Amino acid sequence: MKDISTSIKKVDHEEKCSGKALYASDYFFEDMQYARTLRSIIAKGTISLIDIPTLEDGYFIVDYHDIPGKNVVKIIFDDQVIFPENKVTYLGEPILLVVGPDKAKVESILKSIKVHYVEEEPIFEWTDSKVHYHFSKGSLENSFSKANKLIEFDYATSYQEQAYIEPQGFIGYTEGEKVTLIGSIQCPYYVKNALILALNSKPENIRVIQATVGGAFGGKEEFPSLLACQLAVALKKVNKPIKMIYEREEDMISTTKRHPSKIKMIASVNESNEITGLKAIVGIDAGANIGLSGVVLSRALIACTGAYTIEHLDVTGDVYITNTVPNGAFRGFGAPQMLFAIEMFIEHIVKTLNIDPLALRLKYLAKQNDHTSTSGLFRDPIIMPQMIEKAMALSNYKDKANEYSKNNLYKGIGMSWFLHGCGFTGSGEASHIKAKVKLKKNKDGFIEILIAAVDMGQGVRTTMKKIVSDILKLPIEKIIYNLPDTDFVPDSGPTVASRTIMIVGGLVARCALKLKDHINEEEITLEENYVQPSYIKWDESTFTGDAYPAYSWGVNIVEVSVNPITYQTTIEGVWSVYDLGKAIDERIVMGQADGGITQGIAYGYLEVMEHSLGKIMQKNFTDYIIPTSKDISKMETIIMDNPYPLGPYGAKGVGELTLVGGAPAVAKAIEMAIKRKVFSIPMTPEKIMELMNNGND
Amino acid sequence: MATIKFILNGKKVTYVGNPGLRLLDVLRNEYHLTGVKEGCGEGECGACSVLLNHKIVNSCSVPLANVDGLEVITIEGFSETKRYSVIKDSFEQTGGVQCGFCTPGMIIASESLLNENPTPSDEEIKIGLSGNLCRCTGYQMIIEAIQKASKDGDGLW
Repeated sequence: MKDISTSIKKVDHEEKCSGKALYASDYFFEDMQYARTLRSIIAKGTISLIDIPTLEDGYFIVDYHDIPGKNVVKIIFDDQVIFPENKVTYLGEPILLVVGPDKAKVESILKSIKVHYVEEEPIFEWTDSKVHYHFSKGSLENSFSKANKLIEFDYATSYQEQAYIEPQGFIGYTEGEKVTLIGSIQCPYYVKNALILALNSKPENIRVIQATVGGAFGGKEEFPSLLACQLAVALKKVNKPIKMIYEREEDMISTTKRHPSKIKMIASVNESNEITGLKAIVGIDAGANIGLSGVVLSRALIACTGAYTIEHLDVTGDVYITNTVPNGAFRGFGAPQMLFAIEMFIEHIVKTLNIDPLALRLKYLAKQNDHTSTSGLFRDPIIMPQMIEKAMALSNYKDKANEYSKNNLYKGIGMSWFLHGCGFTGSGEASHIKAKVKLKKNKDGFIEILIAAVDMGQGVRTTMKKIVSDILKLPIEKIIYNLPDTDFVPDSGPTVASRTIMIVGGLVARCALKLKDHINEEEITLEENYVQPSYIKWDESTFTGDAYPAYSWGVNIVEVSVNPITYQTTIEGVWSVYDLGKAIDERIVMGQADGGITQGIAYGYLEVMEHSLGKIMQKNFTDYIIPTSKDISKMETIIMDNPYPLGPYGAKGVGELTLVGGAPAVAKAIEMAIKRKVFSIPMTPEKIMELMNNGND
Repeated sequence: MATIKFILNGKKVTYVGNPGLRLLDVLRNEYHLTGVKEGCGEGECGACSVLLNHKIVNSCSVPLANVDGLEVITIEGFSETKRYSVIKDSFEQTGGVQCGFCTPGMIIASESLLNENPTPSDEEIKIGLSGNLCRCTGYQMIIEAIQKASKDGDGLW
């Protein structure tokens, strides 16, 4: 038997190459209508009046009056409206839709609508905390009072835009009472549940189907629920098929992004230059509503010690509401911000104490049976020492670091160590998601995988089929995995949090093993439900216990050169070693590795997004620069086997792990190249110039 | 209103309508060639790439009037060729496809590049692809795919 990691042809390869795969905008229906969105042009205020021109027959305005159910987009808190009644809270907030058969006319109606506002003073400062978390481990007070020295630095990170190449969009239609939406989404059941509330509908009257998804990276986790609710309200009013696809500019100015963060780190150090405690104070900017920000914050806080074990901790975090576009899920989900801060902080502690960086880092590197930041346990073997050794050998790290640190070559090499918790935080899987999967053997001998997991490029249609095919010893062609349709698939949970292979794939594998015993039956459907391992204990109110059932680990090394005249950074080399348990398909994992670190590195030095008085200043790929083929260097990746007993074939999470270490690695490389401490990302040429002129070494 | 005649995927076609429409919209909405994707609408991302007289263009930035008398090949037309088959197989073996939204454009860019330069260096490939954005792969596997196609094509280009 071939090893499961041996790559096979991706099951959707042909249709994606030939252009036959259907994305949301590729669906056309008879008598199709188009919807466009009118958006607020102020950051905060009250709508006093909306002047709407007389509409031709067949054209409609859809706003809050038309919502049959609750004017809430179901996410976590009820603080996001589908359409505002009169208060607007950010620039770009959707106010109403214009719907009609001719796109150009819809556009011209949109332009002729005049909204009168009473403006209020918007809040852009981070003062209004809506979520506050605090937890501790050991006794930081004791460490601080006995400290020989306290070391303190502040770190900051900016927005990052997911920049999926396919913009957000849905197409929908009605059949009697039933509303069907086909969309570019990560979470079919998030959308379905939001629609049930918005339309006050019976569950059987809502059908959500995933179209082929042209990239998501978290950007299509919770945001599509807003778009879907608006479209569904329009469908109920117009009763004709409606297409609602965002244009790039609309997508960039109004959809969720990675949360900007400010992180203060304080460490206590004793006479022997040992780190005895750590205090972290974290703030993230949620934008105009909370959305998933509390969850993002909690994942950031839990990652406060990165790949290290520190005995005494005190960690606080706040989610601040501002009158800016709401932020949300993005691959890494709070970890990229925190890992940047902790990796830079360790580097800066080393520099402050003038000690050997590698020795200090190795001393605190987490080991099996260590206690996690939340006093849980690292139960499984941690093979970071071998991984670090491999990455250093592969990149010739020691010699390069030595040479670049000593000489003014404007070259640098940076190494990040990191972990990523797999699956939902805490008891989320058991108490909140309760994943359910089904396998169905059809009369014709085909096996159908019935799950809500979405292939958005990460290859789960291929990897899930491989798992079932391997367990049942059937050819891959005998396994069916259609794009999820809520009329047919159970809720196996959202396609997020690096959970799909480990959690959903694990259930699919267990279900396949059961099916093996019934394989001679003519037709049968089996079900498998998630059961949390009994040893996983988590107290959400105190952030105590096992925050995750398992962790993936990684080492990234990035080499750069900085042009001392233009201050531009060039990526010269990238080396990575990952422990993700076991690769279900090696080539697919390598693809995740390349793509993830490219996004992570770009977050650290290239991708700039800002708002000015609430207005997003970057509106397209002309001014929001993501890496092109010319910006990348050769990337070398090694995948280590370290099977996790409860994952299918030992697999853990992959998707987010490959992004989260990129920014600190490139930031450290730049720090070495310019001999100045780096405290914020992205490290743009302007910031490098400023540091070279006025920074501290 | 105007009459625009052009060759589309090997067939003569006549379009009567607004000559100012974007080629992209006409291809997608009139001819249902939805392999041509809209990613940015500003000629930055290359998802809408087609071959115009066998050179790559962004169909979102070409008014229909400009294709009068010319030959347009979209991924639907190109996918009938042997060259496509070689490029497609190399993308498979190196892992050059993830979400797939940029893929038809990337394949058109690969063809345009190999047609001009059958044995490109990595650097030349990077320049040749620099008008096509991919957010999933980090490009490395796509660059490898083009190298592989160049080799496996064995005189096709």
